[in-house]
Amino acid sequence: MEATVVKTGTEEKTWGGGNEPLKASYGKMMMWFFIVSDALTFSGFLAAYGFSRFKFVDAWPIPDQVFTHFPFLHGVDAPMYYVAFMTFILIFSSVTMVLAVDAGHKMNQNKVILYLFLTIIGGLIFVSSQAWEWSTFIKGDYGAVETKGGQIIQFMDNEGKRVALRDFATAPTTEERTEQTKENGIWYKNEAEYLPSISFEQVKAGFLANDDLLVRVQHKDEHGHHIILNRQESIAKVVNDGALVVEGANLRHNEYGHPLFADFFFFITGFHGFHVATGVLINCIVFFNVIVGTYERRGHYEMVEKVGLYWHFVDLVWVFIFTFFYLV
Amino acid sequence: MEHEQAHKLAIFRGALKFRSNVTKIWGVFVILSIVTIVEVTLGIIRPDFLVDHHFLALRLLNWIFIVLTLFKAYYITWDFMHMRDETMGLRRAVIWTALFLIAYLVLLVLIEGDYIFEVYKNGYIKFNF
Repeated sequence: MEATVVKTGTEEKTWGGGNEPLKASYGKMMMWFFIVSDALTFSGFLAAYGFSRFKFVDAWPIPDQVFTHFPFLHGVDAPMYYVAFMTFILIFSSVTMVLAVDAGHKMNQNKVILYLFLTIIGGLIFVSSQAWEWSTFIKGDYGAVETKGGQIIQFMDNEGKRVALRDFATAPTTEERTEQTKENGIWYKNEAEYLPSISFEQVKAGFLANDDLLVRVQHKDEHGHHIILNRQESIAKVVNDGALVVEGANLRHNEYGHPLFADFFFFITGFHGFHVATGVLINCIVFFNVIVGTYERRGHYEMVEKVGLYWHFVDLVWVFIFTFFYLV
Repeated sequence: MEHEQAHKLAIFRGALKFRSNVTKIWGVFVILSIVTIVEVTLGIIRPDFLVDHHFLALRLLNWIFIVLTLFKAYYITWDFMHMRDETMGLRRAVIWTALFLIAYLVLLVLIEGDYIFEVYKNGYIKFNF
């Protein structure tokens, strides 16, 4: 350690590098400057999200209607409870991290071990929650129809409840799907990019047969609710504009609304999840260093403080993602 | 390096002073939790008054969320990241730089987004491009 520190022998002199106006060590200062640059990266993403959202401000999905699931509570409408739980997990792991830093200042090795361990557990719970959130989002729930113009229409009964496509689409016909190949001379047609479990024709037939069903479009009224069409308009919308069935979300189609919503969701929460995952990894390395007594020998626990700064930053970013993806 | 470095223990401009750094950490945790609970409750109820009234092109509710978010960000940075204990120079180098650049970027980009929204609404341009 000492070997890597270059000393000039002029530490006491102001112009010899002995002046430390910021009273922070090199490593801590660089961690702060890294955090500034990383904050700008995240801001770039969130600003791009805001740009796209303002661009389609009257047709953007309402998060309360997108994130309504809670593990093991199937069919229960639980808007945002799970993401609130995730927020608490992350804030709490921030608390244990800052307690570990505090114990480090007091040179209390056992307490640092305990609190760092709790921090790592919190981080792991958060990352796995995010994985669950992703898989629920990708799998989707009710399904929707995409129009020729790329808009999403969703189905409601006349009491205003969402209806899943599988509940009203007619039974699949027995026609076989044959795969066309170049050997048969068909080179001009490709397989559809993804195959939903039901076809648009079945959804259309089921919709026309069921008089209770209405269509909800992406556009919103002045109170911020998606507009629900009456039966005549609904039929016209489905028959004239309907093009394909969308189940769940991927980078091109999104049953909850505009595809950009899914793109930014995957990109921003994914980038944040990557930060949490690397944070857990770095925490683990520091955790083992604490256990083997590296910092005890070094005489200070500044490394815990530095990794703590990173960990709090990850929490800080989540506070903003929580607001701009789930609340606003 | 100094091990027992001094922490500033007063928050809310001195209105609330903690006995030790550990109690301060728990106090800040309680404050952050309360703010989060308020946010989630407002997000679920979405009171009509706050949804229907606008201020500077945003719903009042969204302004409340943004202010509460900045409030939480302040306490995470100041007390969890110990910005309160750093020198003024470091604090300003980090906070002012980031705040200025982010505010500038967000302002320009949102104005541009709103402009494109108007073009879509009033012009004959397809929904997707």
